[in-house]
Amino acid sequence: MSVYYTEDHEWVSVEGDTGIVGITDYAQKQLGDVVFVELPDVGKVLDQGAEAAVVESVKAASEVYAPVSGEVMEANEALQDDPAIVNASPEENGWFVKLSLSDKSQLDELMDQAAYKAFVKTL
Amino acid sequence: MTEADHSELKMLPLDALHRELGAKMVPFSGFEMPIQYEDGIIAEHLWTRSRAGLFDVSHMGQLEVRGKDAAKALEAHMPGDFIGLKEGRLRYSMLLDDNGGILDDLMVTRRADHFYIVVNGAMKKADIAHLTRHLPASIEVKERADLALLALQGPKAAAVLERLGAEVGLITFMRGSEVRVRGVEMWISRSGYTGEDGFEISLPVKNAAGLARLLLKDKDVKPVGLGARDSLRMEAGLPLYGHDLSRMSTPIEAGLTFAVSKRRKMEGGFAGFARIDRQIKEGTKVRRVGLKIDGRLPAREGAGVFAGERKTGVLTSGGHAPSVGGPIAMAFVASEDAGDGTKLQVEVRGKLLDATVVPMPFVPHNYVR
Repeated sequence: MSVYYTEDHEWVSVEGDTGIVGITDYAQKQLGDVVFVELPDVGKVLDQGAEAAVVESVKAASEVYAPVSGEVMEANEALQDDPAIVNASPEENGWFVKLSLSDKSQLDELMDQAAYKAFVKTL
Repeated sequence: MTEADHSELKMLPLDALHRELGAKMVPFSGFEMPIQYEDGIIAEHLWTRSRAGLFDVSHMGQLEVRGKDAAKALEAHMPGDFIGLKEGRLRYSMLLDDNGGILDDLMVTRRADHFYIVVNGAMKKADIAHLTRHLPASIEVKERADLALLALQGPKAAAVLERLGAEVGLITFMRGSEVRVRGVEMWISRSGYTGEDGFEISLPVKNAAGLARLLLKDKDVKPVGLGARDSLRMEAGLPLYGHDLSRMSTPIEAGLTFAVSKRRKMEGGFAGFARIDRQIKEGTKVRRVGLKIDGRLPAREGAGVFAGERKTGVLTSGGHAPSVGGPIAMAFVASEDAGDGTKLQVEVRGKLLDATVVPMPFVPHNYVR
């Protein structure tokens, strides 16, 4: 399993042809208390950079973009009842969607953990 | 306000303290202000409802208006009874234009030899200009930029102040008094913007950080930012100028008829009276209402409100309400759709959410009268 990151603070954890997508701890801290997560329907095909979810914090609505292209295989239904999981466990239990990746070469454009950490330090 | 260049933003007198407390600072009303501290908006909101939250609202304008017949002069521009306002009493009012449009909402206190007026930070300059231009030359309007304004809000607020030796027990809701705390003279009123019992404290900028630090030492006090201030005031049904109130609406349309004092209703003699009098007698086309929205998806300012196929209005405030446990909103809708219990729909990203018109406040007020 490898984890890749975007400059928009999404992560995708890849195992085989499956990628689990969420937002980073840095992102959840910026958003503040999450009160609602709008997730896509299973079966929806997302292009890289397309809206994958909308996170509503107390302050504002923020879009989460698909770090890579793929079809939605599963959405994290636990977030419907308890959206605050995104704050408590952004990089594990607070994932948004599981994608069946259609173009793994897109992963090459993303950052690894060390690069992302360095990127966050520049912000 | 629109987000200005950060270099034009002013710093609050407690700026260093906010940063020390881990505040996230954002531009608001021309100031860099703390939107939240480390606990986050929901925790700060709930803390204020159960204990006491400390807010720095020094961005607001503190004005003194003095001169012969100042009460009468103010009455020409506001619908409140200031001639009959007793010393040490506060009155919520609005500055009106000639058409009855709301230029600002504000709090007026009668003090021994002047009126003390607290206005919205973003409107301060415009208010001063308006008053200076329209009041008789014999009336002086002075901004007290040398004063800071703190608010201590919540059910423990009175006990906290008393533990510091501040005698606030006799100050009931909408009253104020000069109080000496640890050798510093300050003006304390029992008022606020959260729906809770609480106090607003006006004191010299040079003493503000000292008092704030003293208050924060109390186990019942935590700092609370603008984010929770907004969700608290929404739950309390209190409008926010520039969002729920503007020059486009009158006090009657905004559901603030209570602020038109009885004598003023009968006698008139204030800006916009003709229109306001007509609206009191004949009703208005639109009205500000509270909406309880089904589900959990928050709807925000600008969202359309529908009665079936017909667009009836727009949200002027809206978001997650921590004490309600779900989304609430304020909207201006057609008066025919403004009755309590009316089922409406609110549009968020193409989805229509069911909503019901409900009486405000959303959370009962806890004032000590």
